[in-house]
Amino acid sequence: MSTLKLDVNSYRDLLKQYIEYQDEQALYRAEQFSKQAIQHNISPDEIVDVYIQSLLDLYPDLSPSVKHSLNFLLETMISFGMAYQEFQALREKQLELQSEISVAANMQQTLLSTTKPNIPNMDLGAISAPAKQMNGDYYHFVEDEQGSLGIAIADVIGKGVPAALCMSMIKYSMESFPHSRMEPGVILEGMNRVVERNVDPSMFVTMFYGLYDGRNHEFHYSSAGHEPGFYYCAAEDAFYDIEAEGLVLGVDRKVTYHQYVQQVAPGDMVILLTDGVTECRVNDRFIEREEICEVLSQYKHLSAQEMTEQVYRYFERLQDFHLRDDFTMIILRRDV
Amino acid sequence: MDFQSCVTITKEWDIVGARQLGRDIAKKIGFGTVDQARIATAISELARNIYLYAGTGKICFETMDNLNSKGLRIIAIDNGPGIQDLTQVMTDGFSTSGGLGAGLPGVRRLMDEFDVHSQEGEGTEINVVKWLR
Repeated sequence: MSTLKLDVNSYRDLLKQYIEYQDEQALYRAEQFSKQAIQHNISPDEIVDVYIQSLLDLYPDLSPSVKHSLNFLLETMISFGMAYQEFQALREKQLELQSEISVAANMQQTLLSTTKPNIPNMDLGAISAPAKQMNGDYYHFVEDEQGSLGIAIADVIGKGVPAALCMSMIKYSMESFPHSRMEPGVILEGMNRVVERNVDPSMFVTMFYGLYDGRNHEFHYSSAGHEPGFYYCAAEDAFYDIEAEGLVLGVDRKVTYHQYVQQVAPGDMVILLTDGVTECRVNDRFIEREEICEVLSQYKHLSAQEMTEQVYRYFERLQDFHLRDDFTMIILRRDV
Repeated sequence: MDFQSCVTITKEWDIVGARQLGRDIAKKIGFGTVDQARIATAISELARNIYLYAGTGKICFETMDNLNSKGLRIIAIDNGPGIQDLTQVMTDGFSTSGGLGAGLPGVRRLMDEFDVHSQEGEGTEINVVKWLR
């Protein structure tokens, strides 16, 4: 049970010293002794046993009733010893689990990684930070053959490992779509069928898909119950909600998604996000969407990537560096 | 090996009887007070399992006397419903006794050897040994 046999002699000497002088030094060494015992995985009942042995060594003529009472004490400590051993074993198991999860999180990061494409006259920024180790948010960029940019952003309701597992499935389904013409409505309808068939009904996935056509600067988009993004109009220096109606994925197999279009002028921005951004909580109060616009506005002179990073840092600080939900934000700006 | 004796478990009070007999044998073999207390605690767990889940069964004791070591073997036998998932029952923190460090993983820690056989609908046999050092 213990890797190190408790040193009864040194304990007895300590006890003797304390009984004689009641000095702080003996107490300090007793503290060191108990710390060492913990380090060597020695359970409380063993300490009691060492104490009893030491006492009997020091006072061989101890009255029988006191001896019996000491055995009684030992008996009551046995279960504490068991509980302590169990606690140790559980703690080891927890460390094991933690390292397993961090391996999985690394794997997920590799799996979900998407390269930010370089598109002429287009400034693109993206950030995604998990609340726990694994991310239930997902974003992905695809360039199609006509030179259009497809942007997917999705959020599994919930976080942690189950959300992350679900997200990995979303990623592979997205990749299996033909890259010829990524119509947002068609893609969401396809994803809806995938989620409906493969995901537990208690789990919901929201998703937004946008397609930016570089030739005519039109942004086509559809939403499956996803948190509305923002459209920044440079001419008016104003933010608008990107409203789009659509049911969350996986509820109804036959649902169709309406496709919307937004003309994007030079300097305009499309900002997509997950509810980890909007449901940012400060002192039990959700922040308002206007606050997000103010923060975005504050950093709008920066590049799209720097903007996402600064906005993230702002909300991270606001929440005391403890994200409650996965945080993902994508910014797309037309330069000229 | 010398076959010693058994205690039948049918009511809660029998747990005390099993502890008493186990402790007496352990003392005779030469176990110290801590080991006596650990053996008694293990007997409690095994006997309580019989009392709570099987209703009736028995706890048997054998003195082990090999060339170089002495020890105590405890066998808990019942004809109860059996254990469906042994792996789960042997997992820390699973015990239905509310995480008091007890249950079968606790017994395994208190003893040196541990073996369990269980057949659904037929019963359970748990065999543990504590060696004297």
